[in-house]
Amino acid sequence: MEDMLRTEDLWVSVGDRQVLKGVNFSMKYGEINVLFGPNGAGKTSFMMTLMGFPRYRVEQGKIFFKGIDITAHDIYERARLGLGVSFQRPPTVRGVTLKKMIEIINTNGADSAGVDAKIEKLNLGGHLERGLNDGFSGGEMKRSELLQLMIQRPDLVLIDEPESGVDIENIALVGEAINALIGKDKVKDQKRGALIITHTGYILDFVNADKGYIVFDGNLLCRGNPRDILSEIKKHGYRRCAECR
Amino acid sequence: MPVRNAYLSEIQALAEKARDKRALYGPDLDLSRYTQHIKRGKIESLESLSHQVKEAAILSGMNMQEENRSGSFLQIDQSVVYESLNKAYEGQLEIMSTPAALDKYDWIEEYYWKAIPADQDKYTAQAALNMTHGYFIRVFAHQKPQYPVQSCLLVAENYVSQNVHNMIIVEEGAELQVITGCTLSKSDAEGIHLGISEFYVKKGGKLMFTMIHNWADNFHVRPRTKVVVEEDGTFISNYVLLKPVKSIQAFPVAHLKGDRASAKFNTVVYGLKDSYIDLGSRIILEGEDTRGESIARTIAADESVIYSRGDLIAATRGYCLAHLDCRGILFSEKAKIFAIPELASHGSLKSELSHEASIGPISEEQVEYLMSRGISQEDAVSVITSGFLNLDIPYIPEFLDKNIKEIIKATAKEAL
Ligand SMILES: Nc1ncnc2c1ncn2[C@@H]1O[C@H](COP(=O)(O)OP(=O)(O)OP(=O)(O)O)[C@@H](O)[C@H]1O
Ligand SMILES: [Mg+2]
Repeated sequence: MEDMLRTEDLWVSVGDRQVLKGVNFSMKYGEINVLFGPNGAGKTSFMMTLMGFPRYRVEQGKIFFKGIDITAHDIYERARLGLGVSFQRPPTVRGVTLKKMIEIINTNGADSAGVDAKIEKLNLGGHLERGLNDGFSGGEMKRSELLQLMIQRPDLVLIDEPESGVDIENIALVGEAINALIGKDKVKDQKRGALIITHTGYILDFVNADKGYIVFDGNLLCRGNPRDILSEIKKHGYRRCAECR
Repeated sequence: MPVRNAYLSEIQALAEKARDKRALYGPDLDLSRYTQHIKRGKIESLESLSHQVKEAAILSGMNMQEENRSGSFLQIDQSVVYESLNKAYEGQLEIMSTPAALDKYDWIEEYYWKAIPADQDKYTAQAALNMTHGYFIRVFAHQKPQYPVQSCLLVAENYVSQNVHNMIIVEEGAELQVITGCTLSKSDAEGIHLGISEFYVKKGGKLMFTMIHNWADNFHVRPRTKVVVEEDGTFISNYVLLKPVKSIQAFPVAHLKGDRASAKFNTVVYGLKDSYIDLGSRIILEGEDTRGESIARTIAADESVIYSRGDLIAATRGYCLAHLDCRGILFSEKAKIFAIPELASHGSLKSELSHEASIGPISEEQVEYLMSRGISQEDAVSVITSGFLNLDIPYIPEFLDKNIKEIIKATAKEAL
C-alpha cells in the first residue's frame, strides 16, 4: 500500500535560516511515528511545513499526502485533505471563543452530545466562553488543541509536544485524547495516523508508537524503535548524533 | 406648568450668535441646503408603517411588535408619529416629545440646554433655533423597568434637517435601558441629522444607552451628547455604525460629577465607501473614586477616513481610574485611521489614567491557525474580524451579527 505521508529531499528555510536540509521521510497509514531531537533541530519546522504554513518556505523537494502532491496546497486545502496539527504554542485569538471555534470546526454538525462529552472529557467546560488560548495555562492549551482536533477529525494528526506544560495527572488524559484521535481506543482504525514530537517520551506510556526518529540540525537520523531511541538519548544525549551523520 | 418663556428666549438669543460658528472637528457644512419640512400625522400602531420605513426601523433595532420593550418612540423627519408606553410600566416612567415636556414641566429649565451650551457651534445653534422634536424619557425614582425603551429617529425625505433634542432623566436609584436607532428609509437621501442629547443620571441611577446608526452615502450627521452622572450613578454607552455616511462627527461626553460615578463607552465603527467618520468619547472624572472605560474598535474599508478619539480627563481631589482602549484595522490601501487618545490630569494627584491604541492588520498567524482547522481563509478572516468587533453589547440584534459578516465578506478581500 502507498505511504500516507512522504517527503522527498525537503529543503526549507524560515527567515534567513535553513531549517530543513533534505528530509526524506515516509510513514504508512495507521502508523504512529515519534520525533525526538534537541531544541532548535527543526522538529516544529517540519510539522509546520507539512501543514503548509507559508512562513516555512519550501526551496526544494516535495510532500505527498495520501498519494497527492500537496507541496503547493495552502493550509486550508491540506486540512480539507485530512491533515491536522496540534501546536507547540498556538496563537491567542482574543475575540474568538473556544465555543465559537468548536462550532465552526464542527461544520458537518457532529451530534452535539458527542461534542459535549469531548468537552467534558478534556475538562474544558469552563473555558468555552474565553478567547482562544487567551490566558490559557500550558496544559489547558494542549487540551484545547486536542479537543479542536477531536472535532476536526483529521486522518493524520501532527502533534507538537503534547506533554509540555501538562501535569502528571493530565498526561493520561492527553494520552487518551490522542488515542481517541487516531481511533486506537476503539477497534483498530487502520487509516488514521499520528506524528508526535516529544522530548520526554512520557507520551509513549500511553500511545503505542511504531517508529521513532531523531531530528538533528535539519535532518532525520536514526530510524528505529522509539523506546530504544529514547533510552539511547537518555544515556548519551544527542552527542552521538553528530557522529552518526 | 410650561417652562418660562424668558428662559427659552435666552437660549434663542445665545444660539442666534452661534449661527455660523464652525465646529472644532469635522468638515464644515452649509446648513442652508436643508430646508425641506414635512408634517406628518400620528399612526395607531407601528405595524401600519409602510414596508420601506418598517424595514429601515427594524434594521436599526426597532421591534415592531414592541415585544420586550417598555415603550416606543418613533419620529419620521420632523414629526413624532408614534409614542407609546407599555401598560405594565405606567407609573414607572414617562415618554413624550421634548416640546411636550417643555410645555408640561417648568422645572425642565434645570436640564434643557444645561449640559450642552446652545452656542457650542452652528449645529447646536440650529437645533436650538429650529428644534424638530426628539424624545423626553424620564424614569421615576427607584423604578427599574425590566425592558428597554426603544426609539427610532428616521429620515424619509430629501433635504431634511432633522434637529432633535433628546433628554433622558434617570431619577435617584432608578435604572433604564434605551435602544435608539437613527436611520434613513431612502438610501440615496441627502440631508442632515442634528441630535442634541442631554442625559442625567441621578444618585445611584443607571442608564444603559445603545445607539445603532444606519446612514447612507449622502447624509451628514452631527450629534452632540453630554451625560451628567451623579454620585454612585452609572452610564453605559454602546454605539454601532456599520453603514456608509457622508460625514459624521460626534464627541459625546460623560461628566462624572458625583463620587463613585462611572461611565463606559463601547464604540464599534465600520468605515465604508468614502465615509468621513470622526467619533470619540470623553470622560470627565470629577467626583472621587470615579471610574471610566472607553473601548473603540474601528475598521476602515474602501476609501473611508476614521478619526477615533478618546479623552480621559481627571479633575478630582480623590482617586479615579480610567482606561482607553482603541484598536483599528485597515482593510484598504485607500482608507485611513487616526487613533487619537488623550489623557489629562488637572491636579488630580491620585488619578490613574491609561490608554492603549493600536492600528494593525488582522494577524496572519491567527488566520492561518483557523485555516489549519479546516476553515477557509475568507471564513477565517470573517470570524476573526467579527471577534474583533464583538464587544458583547447586549440588545444588539442578531441580524447585526449577520450584517457584519456580509460587510466583511465584501470588504475584507483587499486586506488579505
Ligand atoms: N522566523 C524565524 N527566523 C529565523 N529563525 C527561525 C525562525 N523560526 C524558527 N527559526 C529557527 O529555526 C530553528 C528550528 O526551529 P524549530 O522550531 O523547528 O525547532 P524545534 O526542533 O521544534 O525546537 P524545540 O524543541 O525547541 O521546539 C531554530 O533555531 C529557530 O530559532
Ligand atoms: Mg518545537
